[in-house]
Amino acid sequence: MLPKIYKIMFWFSILLVVLSIIVTGVFGLRLGVDFSGGSVLELGFENRPIITEVKDTLTAKIGDVEISPEGEKGLIIRTHELTEAQHQEVLSALQEAFPESGLQERQFSSVGPVIGNELKQRSLFAIFLVLISVVIYIAIVFRKLGRTTSPWAMGLSAIFALIHDIIVPVGIFSLLGHFYGIEITGVFVAAALTILGFSVSDTVIIYDRIRENIIRGGNKNEFGAIVHRSVMQTLTRSLNTVFTVLLSLFAIYFFGGESIKYFSLALIVGIFLGAYSSIFVASPLLVWLTKKA
Amino acid sequence: MRKNLLLIATIVGSIVLLAFVAPQTVNKGINWINNLVSISLPNIPDRPFHLGLDLLGGTHLVYQADLSKIISSPDDAMQGVRDVVERRVNLFGVSEPVVQISGNDRLIVDLAGIKDVNQAIKLIGQTPFLEFKTILPTAQGEAIIKQALGGNTEGLTATTLCAPSSIVILNQFLVSFGVDPCFQPSGLNGSGLKTAQVSFGNQSLSPQVSLELNNEGAKLFSEITQANLGRTVAIYLDGLPISAPTVQSAITDGRAVISGNFSPAEAKTLVARLNSGALPVPIQLISQQTIGASLGQDSLDRSLKAGAYSLIFVAVFMIIFYRLPGVISVIALLIYTLIVLAFYKLIPVTLTLAGIAGFILSLGMAVDANILIFARMKEELVAGKSLHAATHEGFSRAWLSVRDGHVTTLISAVVLYAATTSIVKGFALTLGIGVLTSLFTATMVTRTFLNLVTSKWFESKQWLFR
Repeated sequence: MLPKIYKIMFWFSILLVVLSIIVTGVFGLRLGVDFSGGSVLELGFENRPIITEVKDTLTAKIGDVEISPEGEKGLIIRTHELTEAQHQEVLSALQEAFPESGLQERQFSSVGPVIGNELKQRSLFAIFLVLISVVIYIAIVFRKLGRTTSPWAMGLSAIFALIHDIIVPVGIFSLLGHFYGIEITGVFVAAALTILGFSVSDTVIIYDRIRENIIRGGNKNEFGAIVHRSVMQTLTRSLNTVFTVLLSLFAIYFFGGESIKYFSLALIVGIFLGAYSSIFVASPLLVWLTKKA
Repeated sequence: MRKNLLLIATIVGSIVLLAFVAPQTVNKGINWINNLVSISLPNIPDRPFHLGLDLLGGTHLVYQADLSKIISSPDDAMQGVRDVVERRVNLFGVSEPVVQISGNDRLIVDLAGIKDVNQAIKLIGQTPFLEFKTILPTAQGEAIIKQALGGNTEGLTATTLCAPSSIVILNQFLVSFGVDPCFQPSGLNGSGLKTAQVSFGNQSLSPQVSLELNNEGAKLFSEITQANLGRTVAIYLDGLPISAPTVQSAITDGRAVISGNFSPAEAKTLVARLNSGALPVPIQLISQQTIGASLGQDSLDRSLKAGAYSLIFVAVFMIIFYRLPGVISVIALLIYTLIVLAFYKLIPVTLTLAGIAGFILSLGMAVDANILIFARMKEELVAGKSLHAATHEGFSRAWLSVRDGHVTTLISAVVLYAATTSIVKGFALTLGIGVLTSLFTATMVTRTFLNLVTSKWFESKQWLFR
């Protein structure tokens, strides 16, 4: 039989997913300009001028702007989509208003709403495509286990774990966006798909062990026990792998610079969840689905 | 014997790879030997990594072409736009510019390492869109004017606005309202142009621009002039009229003259612009991403640092936890890094910030395969098998897991590559290359070295393994 801890953790995971959905529903997601359209200008200064003064200068030129400090000497300016002429106007207006500031343009991006929408659609499509491909792959690889459990139950359990691994980070980033202004940008799609890849391989490695244990003799009546044994046998590997991958990711998080900091944070959260969900979402679900069938 | 051959092949291969990946370092070594024993070994040619916009600084521009007026062949029109923009960009002297068509009606321009982005954007945008337009029926013109001004036309009629003498007012009207109450497209545009040159008017001696049309252009122009005898045919540049001559007779030789009020300098610039190519359709900048050179350098330094730390952390962990096999996996990891970097140079992969993140991530994954194998080995050793047998079992038992884990990650990478745009593509590519390489190093390379240390001598020193 499957120990009780699985049931407890499974319902805990369901709770996490529900909470994430609620949080995302209430706070929404703070999307970066590459999704929502608009402009972002990042400036570096030698002597950073006072933010409110910068704001006044710019509001007079282009209307509504949102300005936040970046590091010690930088500023990030977010606003509606600027034409190239307006972009140059902004730069020269700032140069004129703060001639002593040593202003330098570090980064500028301006994205039209069409492109933003396209990116959204493509991203969702990509995530959907990965999910489908993964079920099919699992069903093919484990097709020979038909007598003990159904390959589709395996695929379905893996997918549930994957959905869990995507939804919970989305909820976390909804909170981070609401309270700390962290934005979801295009590279988050890459993070999401990587999480999917890693999470599936975590699950598949447990499945592989289950297959081996079944082939070595085991019957359907003690399927729960087989699954638990397989989880325990792969536990060291799971922990060690997650640990090494997290080591790499923490290196990116702490030393990789601002622009990929939150990208690596998304991966850290997701990859941790991926290993967790393989054990506490996919495995118990597989046992229950097998019993029903 | 076969074991030793594999080992030698691996070592030689690694040295060759190192020479390819980091020629400067190896060349230093060669020069040092040259100085020491006074022979002259040749240096290895240096082939640099391709760095992306976000590491080098530069700009990524997306243009939308307006194909609504093209009926016959939109693909040809886009090809034309691409060629013209490419010529423009080349004129500017950027190294390795990328100008490519994306989808049906988009043009992507990547200018890496460019200093003055503003200038470049101006240059591309300035590329003139030349158009010949014929007169619009007065009634339609009136309707457009009424609609634009909201009923209160202030005495402005199509007849007054469209007279050749009121070009300046028409210009203002077009800029303010964006609709043309006077002229309609005739189908003849910049793609019908062969060459332009500066000439001088017969009577006025003021500078003007003579156009010579190509065969198709000339044919169209002759039809247009035939149909509009005694009426005005306006010449538009970038959507605004610059000249509105009245057709005196049908022109069949494909020659036309723009006699605006040019200064000699203006006429010269216009000719230069026209000759470098007129766009067959208008384009509009819909997205740009510009990264300053200083930020690029900063990002590059930081990501290399992150990569180095990542390698060190992983190595320390593996050696502490897996001892001798850990050391071997670190060697395999270094060889893995060499192979991957060599692929980046060979293919070549344009390295972006996300791409480097993909590489660092793949380090973790490359180790995963070894962890799977070693974990299995440990189990077999604990079960009392000999080192040799445990190694063999470890590999064969772990293989399926290694394969499945890699394939699923590869699926993500492939989808990511196929279904997303340029910036994320770099990440997908490095991740994909990483997965494939890791499949090789984690099995072949690790195995070669492990076989070396599972000899009789180590059998009594199992603490090194478990």
